[in-house]
Amino acid sequence: MGTYIIRRLIQSVFVIIIVTCLVFVVIRFLPGDPILVYLSQQQVDTFTIEQLNKARAEFGLDKPIPVQYIYWIKDLFRGDLGMSLFYREHVSALIAERVPVTLYLGLIAFVISQILGITFGTISALRRGSRTDTAVTLVANLGITVPIFWLGILLIYFFGLKLNWLPRFGYTSPFVDFVQSLRQAILPVICLAIFPLAASARQTRSSMLEVIRQDYVRTAWSKGLRERVIVMKHVLKNGLIPVVTLAGIGLSLILGGSVLVETVFNIPGMGRLGVEAVFSQDYAIIQAIILIMAVMIVTVNLLVDISYGWLDPRVRYG
Amino acid sequence: MERKAQISQISLETPPRVGELRRITRVMFTRKVVVLGAIIIILMILVAAFAPWLAPYDPYETNLPEALQPPNAHHLLGTDSLGRDTLSRIIYGSRISLLVGIVSIFIAASLGMTLGLIAGYYRGVPNTLIMRFIDALMAFPMMLLALVVASVLGGGLSNVIIAIGIALTTVYARLMCGQVLTIKENDYVMAARSYGASNSLIMVRHIIPNCLPPLIVLVTMQMGSAILAEAGLSFLGIGITPPGAAWGAMVNNGYKYLLDLPILSFAPGIAIMLVVFAFNMVGDGLRDALDPRLRGTV
Repeated sequence: MGTYIIRRLIQSVFVIIIVTCLVFVVIRFLPGDPILVYLSQQQVDTFTIEQLNKARAEFGLDKPIPVQYIYWIKDLFRGDLGMSLFYREHVSALIAERVPVTLYLGLIAFVISQILGITFGTISALRRGSRTDTAVTLVANLGITVPIFWLGILLIYFFGLKLNWLPRFGYTSPFVDFVQSLRQAILPVICLAIFPLAASARQTRSSMLEVIRQDYVRTAWSKGLRERVIVMKHVLKNGLIPVVTLAGIGLSLILGGSVLVETVFNIPGMGRLGVEAVFSQDYAIIQAIILIMAVMIVTVNLLVDISYGWLDPRVRYG
Repeated sequence: MERKAQISQISLETPPRVGELRRITRVMFTRKVVVLGAIIIILMILVAAFAPWLAPYDPYETNLPEALQPPNAHHLLGTDSLGRDTLSRIIYGSRISLLVGIVSIFIAASLGMTLGLIAGYYRGVPNTLIMRFIDALMAFPMMLLALVVASVLGGGLSNVIIAIGIALTTVYARLMCGQVLTIKENDYVMAARSYGASNSLIMVRHIIPNCLPPLIVLVTMQMGSAILAEAGLSFLGIGITPPGAAWGAMVNNGYKYLLDLPILSFAPGIAIMLVVFAFNMVGDGLRDALDPRLRGTV
């Protein structure tokens, strides 16, 4: 197990290095001159070429790209993500405000989607062909179908505008006003959770159905074990192995979904900041956001792989 | 020389026979929902192809006096803030969705399959390099990756297609690599090598045809993902430029009038759902028929 973990750890570090290269190269190809965006229109008109070059040098944009990359990595290790050209603020400060918002909603959505997805998938597999199964399958199929931004608008219309039960947009920190924060979180969390929930329910159902057919489950039944013991000890433990791999993809879906959901609900998180940064051509912010999200996803995938190796010994030696 | 040709002729007889094809269609269409999906897809292709004849109005022409009408006899789904007929715009929007879906999946599948083929066939250094690169790509949330790529390349529909194509490549590369690794171990590959077949001949004649079934399933299933991604990007305002009609952008435009005219947002969303649902269901059916191992994977 030790060597397996170390091997996966080294792989993850390697992946993160490629991620930083990709992020850096891609961002440098963004259209538009960031300096022109940074300076006000009046400054652009009155500035001489020398002054423009001076401004460029100030941000290190005059150096060759490999040098810029090295500088960037050095700064990263110091926790310095650069300056936002648009907000004229340290990116780390901007991001520090936004990350907790996205993580707060994202983690709730992640936990809910995994727990409910596995529960629904299991029930549906155990009661195959029943009404519950039909309902779960239908909802799961709709869940991987619905555009989440549209679902958000639908929910806003019914629960916000028509029934007036829940706030239509915005975000409040749970430390400021817990109840309001929770009320505001309900609709966005539904939107974020729906796709991973449906995907994990579908995966759980089919992998449970596979396991239920196995000889050792039949043996367990013929031994006269109670259903609960069979499900918990024999079916779930083996059936969940492929479901675990979906967890990493689930987080990726939620973080990607935050781009849309935060836009719909006007939530000041990383996703919306990313969209704004793309439109205002703010290199530093986009870089920081995709980097942070990628590191989160690589970390979760590492954890997934480790637990996968723990659940299924064949993987460790594969 | 002749002998060689003969032998490779013999080993070519692996792809599905007629009976096999009949079995596949039968298994596939046993579930009614798959039939429904297939019908929706055919209808959508027809709608996209004959849009100019089917649409009651010009989807791009502004007509301010008739702006923001609720559904009525003239405009079945009402009109938007510029007086354009919603139904006509949805009909034309099907072209965008279908185009983006097909072309981006084509890019993703061909790119991913090539990468996966090389990685799986040659193993060693190419495998490590390609698969770690794919791992790195997978570390980016698809929506964000597509958003960034689309903005790097600049708006425009073709760039959205490339962006989604790149974002979806990873799945094909991984599946293909795994497939190749197993198929390579088969006796017929060894036989081909023993009579001196080149690497490229082995790949084209033996490996690729045997890799195809799960990839066909994946292509169908991912059409839905590609269409959803395009809708998401156009919702954010990337890709289609006004007055073009894309379903995601229509949802966003209607959002401003949600209280008075919810249909402006609701109708294009239902169109997206119908199409994505159809592709997912047909994908499920194909999977049951072609490759039961893929059951449940998105």
